[in-house]
Amino acid sequence: METVPIDNNPENQGSGSFQKKGPGLSTRNVQLMPAMNMPGLSCAPEDTRLLAAYEKPGYDLCGYVDHFVETDAGPVPVIRPDLDKRDRLSTIAVRCGIRRHRYLVSPGLYGIGSPDKNSEVLVTANFKLTFDHLRSAVGGVSAWILVLDTKGVNVWCAAGKGTFSTRELVKRIKEDSLEKVVTHKRVVVPQLGATGVSARQVKEQSGFRVVYGPVRAKDIPAFLKNGRKADRSMRQVTFSLSERFLLTPVELNMALKQAGIAALVLLVLSGIGPGVFSFHRVWEKGLVALAALAMGLISGAVLTPVLLPFIPSRKFAFKGILMGSVCILLLLPVIFSGIGSMAGAASLCLFSVMVSSHLAMNFTGATPFTSPSGVEKEMKQYLPVQVTGVLLAAGLWIYSAF
Amino acid sequence: MKDFRYLEDVATLVLDVQKCIGCGLCTEVCPHAVFEMDQNKARIVDFNACMECGACVTNCPVGAVSVNPGVG
Repeated sequence: METVPIDNNPENQGSGSFQKKGPGLSTRNVQLMPAMNMPGLSCAPEDTRLLAAYEKPGYDLCGYVDHFVETDAGPVPVIRPDLDKRDRLSTIAVRCGIRRHRYLVSPGLYGIGSPDKNSEVLVTANFKLTFDHLRSAVGGVSAWILVLDTKGVNVWCAAGKGTFSTRELVKRIKEDSLEKVVTHKRVVVPQLGATGVSARQVKEQSGFRVVYGPVRAKDIPAFLKNGRKADRSMRQVTFSLSERFLLTPVELNMALKQAGIAALVLLVLSGIGPGVFSFHRVWEKGLVALAALAMGLISGAVLTPVLLPFIPSRKFAFKGILMGSVCILLLLPVIFSGIGSMAGAASLCLFSVMVSSHLAMNFTGATPFTSPSGVEKEMKQYLPVQVTGVLLAAGLWIYSAF
Repeated sequence: MKDFRYLEDVATLVLDVQKCIGCGLCTEVCPHAVFEMDQNKARIVDFNACMECGACVTNCPVGAVSVNPGVG
């Protein structure tokens, strides 16, 4: 049997970084406090120690910051291109309309990949959904990301509202000393930001030339590879089935607030009849009425948006009437067996169709192709129809009880 | 986006070809390909696709385009 002297222990020799200070301090399997000498082996993983230099009392490091890079304008956070579980869960919540208006990141300069003085500067909004979408879509590209303060609103809507603007872009370029970070004089602004940004004025006021990037962030790598040229398809908005479907939870969420009030009114109206107010009637007729309301909601806020191009007519309000009619027909057997009277059934059908029409018209605000002039024309035409329809339905509903 | 058409003849888009200097920025910023360049001048080729977003108006260096929707 061979004995190995401690000093010649091959494992200790192999690991140079584990070299002990003196003989006998360590045996084959025991290291005495290696962390005291080796920062990399301390309890905390190495990356958080690197970030430690940037910690400030009262501030929290954001989960999407990977590390910091030193520039002539000071340290700039470099963000991760991948979303973690929390980002994904928040995305789902925001898509459902939860905390949608308080989901933002701090405006300012960030980096992604390994940006240097020649890297492009991508301008974006400080809605976290936009920010997350951008960082996960530009995969592999090294660039600077200049986040404008749009009060947590996406690029296109913020450009329309005037927060994604010439003024804000010029202010950020100056405040973040962009001229010290990059040697070129160029910023890539998303094309949909053009509504709020005047390329000429940005150049005049900041010296930086605006290059309009593609509509969609996922086209950025191809756009940059192509010498900052966008082809025709990159310049046009789309409204695909999945894009429309993604919008429906928020539509439904917004509609539910009004629907709650409508449901209360429906239940109260259902109790009116011969004699005194009857809770029995509220229960019996009210439930059927609520089903009709729910059908109108689903038709107007979900089915019409999703099936938009397949429903005849260009007017959203009329699309809603058509879709609502089809939906309420499916519910007709339930209505007849639950209500019994012709007037009552007609009232519920009319009400449901009008709810659908109104919500469908409301959806014009979420599409990327309706002009305000067109929406105004449609509203002038159909709002009176919807109001009259609902009043008529209410009248019929009360009449049917007697 | 040719599958999605909204109401016809409602847009308030106006292009003053006289003022146009042919920079082509309107063809770049328009999300619906409403403009095309024709002999160094912009031309409206798809008027009814205009959604009055105003990107062309904000970016035209000589104020040759205008859009005036009544309400937001």
